[in-house]
Amino acid sequence: MRALWILPGCAMLLAVTSAHAEIAAHERKSGAEFMSPQTQAMQADDASNPGMLAVLDGEAAWNEKAGAANKACADCHGAAEQSMKGVSARYPAFNAATSQPIDVAGQVNQCRTGRQQAQPLRAESRELLALTTYIGLQSRGMSVAPPDDERLTPFRERGKALFNQRLGQLNFSCAHCHEDNWGRKLGSAPIPQAHANAYPIYRLEWQDVGSLQRRLRNCMSGVRAAPYSYGSIEFIELELFLAERARGMAVETPGVRP
Amino acid sequence: MPFEVVGDAIPASLTAEKGDPARGRAIVVDRQKGLCLLCHSGPFPEQRFQGDIAPSLEGAGSRWSEGQLRLRLVDATRLNPDTSMPSYYKIDGLNRVAPAFRGKPILDAAQIEDVMAYLATLRDGPGAQEKP
Repeated sequence: MRALWILPGCAMLLAVTSAHAEIAAHERKSGAEFMSPQTQAMQADDASNPGMLAVLDGEAAWNEKAGAANKACADCHGAAEQSMKGVSARYPAFNAATSQPIDVAGQVNQCRTGRQQAQPLRAESRELLALTTYIGLQSRGMSVAPPDDERLTPFRERGKALFNQRLGQLNFSCAHCHEDNWGRKLGSAPIPQAHANAYPIYRLEWQDVGSLQRRLRNCMSGVRAAPYSYGSIEFIELELFLAERARGMAVETPGVRP
Repeated sequence: MPFEVVGDAIPASLTAEKGDPARGRAIVVDRQKGLCLLCHSGPFPEQRFQGDIAPSLEGAGSRWSEGQLRLRLVDATRLNPDTSMPSYYKIDGLNRVAPAFRGKPILDAAQIEDVMAYLATLRDGPGAQEKP
């Protein structure tokens, strides 16, 4: 039995082994370190961080009753400052009901449909981003700490394979830029290491708050690939791998990025 | 789109015609067509924001023969499977290409020949690249 278990594990390792240089722990840098001092200052000061507007909207949404059950998030979870502390630092987590991993946005919608008996919030909608940003803020300053749950392992391994998978007409993997060439310049833009420790972010290019999945879709379009759909298992798998890759880094939500 | 690789080169032109260096230069600096300057720098004083991911294109015509340049444009993964250099004339073996680009190479055969003709003019030494 044991031997049977080990063999597929080895095959998986071989499949995802690549020539890309993984970033050593002491070399890891948040995307914030690659930004101009002005953008860093914008993130650091809550009065100038535009992501804080989404936090305020999220706080209002947290306390607003919704759905046939006429319940607010707060009616079950109480004060987010306590109940949501550390949640975004550890998600995605394994959802036993679906036997699949789920991220914070998915969890919010599961509460919407299950507990509140309300319509799920549209991916990337203002209200969903407000809630995920507000929930994310409750982990700010904490270490990214994905759960040690072996049910997540196959999903995370697939995420790692996707990270190393060449995509699109330009035929780049995530690793080509973010492991092999971080710190160098793509045209005018410094290439960061692609750590997902600040999402949702306010991106100056968007003039808006957006999710990690929106950012991943931008990169996929950039290499002329057909992006995965919002909420797709591929994105959740990538999120799982990115969380492991950023383990121990400080959560910055809401980050500001160029 | 057949072509023959000999050693580390494609000696024969992809088209019947000779490439045009002036058209090739225009493709190289075009950030939608050639995309070269996203990763490479080179002798393009009028171009701001040249990338530094890959070697400078300066002297490319001294370092490589025309056939070697042609293969490096057509499919550099044949020389280094892990390269970051896109395969400009490849449509097979790609993943999830967006519908607008599906079945099309990044550059067509005539554009490859133009770019190759231009890169071949980039010779080392002062003013050398100005020579025909």
